[in-house]
Order: sequence, then structure tokens, then C-alpha cells
Amino acid sequence: MKKSKAFWGYLVIALVIYAVVQGMLVTGMLDLYYQNMLITICINIMLAVSLHIVIGITGQFSIGHAGFMAVGAYISAICTMKLGLPFIVGIILAGIVAAFAGVLVGVPSLRLKGDYLAIATLGFAEIIRILFLNIDYVGGAAGMVVNHATTWTYAFFGVIITILVISNFTNSRHGRGCIAIREDEIAADAMGINTTYFKVVAFVIGSLFAGVAGALYAHNFYIIQPTAFNFLKSFEILIYVVLGGLGSLSGSVIAAIFLTAISQYLQAFPETRMIIYSVVLILVMLYRPTGLMGTKELKDLFKARKKGGSEV
Amino acid sequence: MSDLLLKLDNIGIQFGGLKAVQNVDMYLNRGELVGLIGPNGAGKTTTFNMLTGVYVPTEGDITFKGQSIKGLKPYQVTKKGISRTFQNIRLFKDVTVLDNVKIANHHLANHSIISSIFRLPAHFKGEAKMEKESIDFLKIFGLDVYKNELAKNLPYGMQRRLEIARALAAGPELLLLDEPAAGMNPQETQDLMDLIALIREKFNLTILLIEHDMNLVMGICERIYVLDHGQLIAEGTPEEIRNNPKVIEAYLGEEVVQ
Amino acid sequence: MDWLQQLINGISLGSIYALIALGYTMVYGIIKLINFAHGDVFMLGAFIGFFAITRWEMGFLPALIIAMVLCSMIGVIIERVAYKRLRNATRIAALTTAIGVSFLIEYTMIFFRGATPEAYPQVLPNKNINILGANISSQTILILIVTIILMILLQFIVHKTKIGKAMRAVSHDADAARLMGINVDNTISATFAIGSALAGAAGVIFGSYYTRIDPLMGVLPGLKAFIAAVLGGIGSIPGAMVGGFILGIVETIVSAVGYSLWRDAAAFVILILILILKPAGIFGKNIREKV
Repeated sequence: MKKSKAFWGYLVIALVIYAVVQGMLVTGMLDLYYQNMLITICINIMLAVSLHIVIGITGQFSIGHAGFMAVGAYISAICTMKLGLPFIVGIILAGIVAAFAGVLVGVPSLRLKGDYLAIATLGFAEIIRILFLNIDYVGGAAGMVVNHATTWTYAFFGVIITILVISNFTNSRHGRGCIAIREDEIAADAMGINTTYFKVVAFVIGSLFAGVAGALYAHNFYIIQPTAFNFLKSFEILIYVVLGGLGSLSGSVIAAIFLTAISQYLQAFPETRMIIYSVVLILVMLYRPTGLMGTKELKDLFKARKKGGSEV
Repeated sequence: MSDLLLKLDNIGIQFGGLKAVQNVDMYLNRGELVGLIGPNGAGKTTTFNMLTGVYVPTEGDITFKGQSIKGLKPYQVTKKGISRTFQNIRLFKDVTVLDNVKIANHHLANHSIISSIFRLPAHFKGEAKMEKESIDFLKIFGLDVYKNELAKNLPYGMQRRLEIARALAAGPELLLLDEPAAGMNPQETQDLMDLIALIREKFNLTILLIEHDMNLVMGICERIYVLDHGQLIAEGTPEEIRNNPKVIEAYLGEEVVQ
Repeated sequence: MDWLQQLINGISLGSIYALIALGYTMVYGIIKLINFAHGDVFMLGAFIGFFAITRWEMGFLPALIIAMVLCSMIGVIIERVAYKRLRNATRIAALTTAIGVSFLIEYTMIFFRGATPEAYPQVLPNKNINILGANISSQTILILIVTIILMILLQFIVHKTKIGKAMRAVSHDADAARLMGINVDNTISATFAIGSALAGAAGVIFGSYYTRIDPLMGVLPGLKAFIAAVLGGIGSIPGAMVGGFILGIVETIVSAVGYSLWRDAAAFVILILILILKPAGIFGKNIREKV
């Protein structure tokens, strides 16, 4: 009962945020620059949360997330530009195909652990990118022209659905199985958890939403190129998750918002941006390796404060 | 004649060229409490690992309830009804005490991923049942007061207890305890012995126990197997084992016997 | 005899991969860290060599030696500043830091000098020699000789010197080595120094062979050298050499039969196949986690 009350509370807050921003966009209080920034933030939140379920929850170190984003971007672009399907169909198909790619990549590579898994996911992402680079149907290295179709509404509800699905999954017996794998794979196995299955499930859910994010991304610019989905992009997504706190959904959301905003301001100085990113990342890893939030969620912090207050 | 639950048929395992365990024949009848002892490096934990599917024996066969379980993955073995604790505590450290138990309870629930993602009634029903059962297990071990603590913050003795509670939550018929009293003081060990007797009664368990503490083993086990250098050197009641010259030799070295 | 020529091209490319792979494999063997910044040390080596040749008008060999010395210092600095604190950190933290260091080096370089490529000066005599019908440039032969000398030198250091023994001891069991009186910190630094020196040498060789260098040149050869190390069995020195040569030859063959756009994919396909089929690599040992 208490939980569902909180749920409706969050939903109301979310709808209010949506309505206020939508109102400001319609009335022109927020111009195109800000609209674009908000959409980019939403896409990056989706990417961060979809990687969070793989790294933060299941503890599987994937550094090839941009590969699934690429699959989603290209599939949706093919749907809308080549096949003339509606955007929403493109988004759904992007998610499905990216999830399927997640199965193809996940089944063989998730048997690997730690560093080896990381390198394998990186390898798969590169193969995906080189694949698109070599397919003339989607424009090869020159890329593919895509209509602008992503709106604030699509982006915002994309984020809401992503967060809802992933947090519902996490707070269930299935999510706990994934957390057990993160904590101690051998013990999880001994407690009756089919570790391979849950790793693949988490990976597939992550890939699905990365694909959806890719679809929104493709239709937010006017062109997509394979280079947009290289290792640098995977690294950016990784930074959100790691900085925000491994295992903290709200942490990765906050990191995604914050870093996207910063990088929008530093758009004219890409080198400076990368230098800042890497220095911050190194410092956080050295002095606070669990990330800014650790495994805590935003609501835990409020709880802790309340508790502290009453004791004092 | 009591009925057979577990049978190890001439099992052995090699790592590279090294035979870690060989020619081990063991059986456990339903409801028995059996001890497995032996000096360090005798192959006790290796035997446990073969029983639970962590290692696949290179020779012989293991049957549980009349079916071969050799070659099954650890999670499949657990689903068949064998669960274990670890010698070097392997709790889910950054997870609450309650969730540690819930994780082990996982395979006994059956609400699907879809029902959880869409928060269907099956999800709430299933989760409520898990919650209730897990708290019941914690109560037996006196751990329910710590249910929202992270496992890593529990005192050592409580962590050992939580490991047993977690193993129980996986719904075993056969419970394997790997040095449950390691690092405990005599009072804690006594409490633990009482607790093991209690859960055995309450859940109709068959228990196989590795232990260094001879008082504990001799005090509660009905039968004892002794391993040394990967081979079974003796089997019998605590009384027989106590007087077996081979066992004394293995434990104390040859000089004492001579 | 076209195939012979391709084979020799493959071996030249492979020897560069092998030189970089040695650093990866040594560092991984000793602290179980994929040093992502290793490819960037290779890049820095190429640039140091470039400056030594163009600004200070050095020959190939002095430039090679200067690059090796400076790169070994850079390697030690990276280890001391960034990695030393991570010895007991989680794998994710360690790997993320390594990626961070890699990007930091790349983009600091771009920040100071821009991303434009540099044309490497011709420092080696370039005559074609005809062997068994294949046209082989004297450059190729010189590069091969240098690579082989460096590898022999490395084998000598690892197997015949005190520091080599210490390195092998630490990679086997750091705690036991410490108890035996080995200075583990210094040994790890020495490993980084040697590995980075080899990467620096590879940078200069790469520059004079392919004549074009840029701040991001280390990314792909770095990854591929890592693949070579995995292929050979990470932690194994002969494995890194063999893996490097195999990878170089395979890539050359893929290009030669007309699939040059797929060349980069070939390396990753090899990586994934080896990881799935034999993750320990050709010379590696399977290690099980103790339960």
C-alpha cells in the first residue's frame, strides 16, 4: 500500500514536469536550443539507465553499449525513411531488434567474466559499427539522412517507461537474482539462481532500451553515421553509470542530466570536455570508487536525513 | 531400514595431473546427520564442490533421490533439493539480511518477469509470500531484528547464522554445512549445535557437515566419514572413529601411534 | 611470389602489434589490469620519435632510444599516479580508470597540438631487395631486425636478470614475493617501464613504416595489440609475440583478398572466437576461482 502511494506520487510529479515543460515549449518560453538539450538529456538518461541494469545491477562490465544504440538508430531509420512506416513503429522495432542483438551478443559473451567480458562487448560493438559502415543500403561511412521526428513528448515518455520497467524489474525476485550475481556469482549459483539466464535477461532489457534510445537519437538529428556509435559513445554512457554510482538508478539519472548539460555548454570545446570527463572519472574512481551515490537511491538519502534529524 | 537419499559412487576428481579426491564411496539416508572430517587439504570441500556441481567429478557418479546429479550446474543441484553454506562466508554483502534470504527463496516462487515488470497481481502475491517465508526463516535464527541491515554489517557469528538461514530458504532436503562453527567461541558453537538440531527436526532435513571442531562433530553426528589425502580412510559411529588407529594417525601423525 | 610479399607485410605489421602486446601482457600478468592507456603510450612514443628526428635531427636509432627512455618514464608515472591506488579496487573501477587515463592522454595531446596528422620523415634507407621473387624494402628488413633484437633483449631481461626474476615472482604471487623480500612496488614500476619502452619503440617503428601519425593513432593498434595478447594467452610473453604475428598476417590477408574495409572487423572476430572457444588463449592456462 505504502509503496503504491509513493508510485502515484512519483507519477504525478513526472506528469507535472512534463506538462510544465510542454507548456513552455508550446508558448515559446523555451527555444529550440533548450528543446534539443532536453531531448538529448532524455536520450542520455535512457542510455544510462539501460546500462545501469547491466553494470550496476547485474555487475556485468559491458563497454559496448553504443553498439545496441546503433542497431536501434539504424533500424528505426530504415523503418521511417526506407519503408515509410510511422515513427512509433520504428521505435518499437528498434527496441525489438536491439534486444535480439542483445541475445546474439549476450549468450556467447556473458560466459566470460570481468575484463574479458568488457573486451568482448567492446569487440561486438565495433563489429556492429563496421557492419553498418559496410552496408551501402544505409549509406556506409557517409551515413543516412533521417527526418526530425523526436519530440519532447516521445523523449519524456521514453524515459518514464525505461525507468519504470527497469526499476520494477530490479525490485522483484528477478532483479534480486541479478543483484545476487553482482554480489557473488558462485553463491548466487549455489542458491538456485540460473546465473547465465539472468545475465542474458538483464543484458537484453538493457539492449532493448538502448535501441529505443538509439531510435530517438536518430530522429533528433538529420543524419546518422557509424562514427557516432564508436567506443567514445560507449565510454560516455559508461561514465554516467560509473559516476552516478554503480547500482544506483537515480545516481545514473542524475549523472546523465548533469554531464549532458555540461557537455552542451562545452560543445564548442570538445577536447576540453573530454579532458574534464576523464579527469573527473579518474578522480572519482581513485577517491570514491563506488561512484557518487554508491548503491543508494535518492529516496534513501532523504530517509537517512529524516532518521538523523529525529535522533538529534 | 531407512531410505537412501544420497549416494556417492566411487567418485574422484583430477586437477591437471593431481588427484584431489579419489575412490570415495559415501551414502546418506534420509534424516541422517553425518559428519565429514579430515585434516586440512584432505579434500572435504572439494567433495562438497562435487556434490553441488561446482566441480564435475572425473570419475564415478553421484545419485540423489535415485537420480544422477553428476554434471548438473550448481543452480540445478539446488533446485533438486541440495543447498550449502560456504567455508569462507559468501553472503551477498551489500544486500540486506532479508534480501539475502529472499534471493535463496527465488527459485521456489513462480511469478514471471512480465508480471513483475507490469506489476500484475501475480507479482504482488508472489512477492508477499516470499517476504513472509523469508521473515519466518530469519525468526528461527533470531535474525529478524537485523532484517534491514546490510549483511556485511552483521557481527561474524550472525553472518554464519545468516548463511545457514539462506541455505534453508532454498528449500533443501539435504543441507551441506561447510565448517559452520569456524571461528566461533564455545558458547556460540553450543548455540549453533542446538540450532542445527532444531532445524533438522523442523524441516525434516538430512545434513552433511564438514567440521574441524571435534566436540561438535562427535556430539551431534550419527555417523562420520574421514577423508585423508583425498581418500576415505574410515567410516563409522563417533565411538568407532574415536578409536580408529588410522584416524588417529591421520590427525596426529605416525609417531604418536608408534 | 605475391603471397610471400603479403606474408612479409603481415609479419611487419604483426611485429608492431607484438611489441605493443608485450606491454599489455606483462602488465596484465603482474597486476591483472588491462592498461588501456598503453596504446596511447605507443602514440606518445611515435611523437617523441618524430620530434627527435625533425627538431633535434637525430637518426633512427637515437630517436628510437630517446622514445623508449621517455615512454618508460611516462609509463611509470601513469602507474604511480593512477594505478597504484587501485591495486585492491574492483575490476570495474580499475578498468574504468584505465580507460579514463587513455582518453586523458589522447585529448590532452589534441588540446595542445590539434588533431591534424603529422607526416613522418624518411629516416631509413628505402631500397627494394628481391628475395625469392618478392620485392621487400630494406625498411621492412631493418624493422624486423630491430623488433627481433628487442624481443631477445626482453627474453634476456625476464629470464636472466634479477628484476626479471622478481617480475615473474610477483606475477605468480605478489604476497609471497613480498614476504620473500621482493620490493613489489618497484617491480611493478619496472614492468610498466619495460612495457612502455617497447610501446615507445613500436611507435617510432610504426611512424617510420607507415609515415603518418596522429593523436588518436594509438586507439586501434592498442586494441588490436590487446587482442593479440589475448590470442596468445594473456600473461604469456611468447604468446604475445605469436599472437601479434598471427593477427598481423590475418589482417594483411583480409586486405589482400579485397576486403580491406572489413580488416578491422577481422581482429574483433578473432577476439570473440578466441574468447568463446579458448579464453585462456594459445599459451594460457585455465584458472578456476577457488570456492
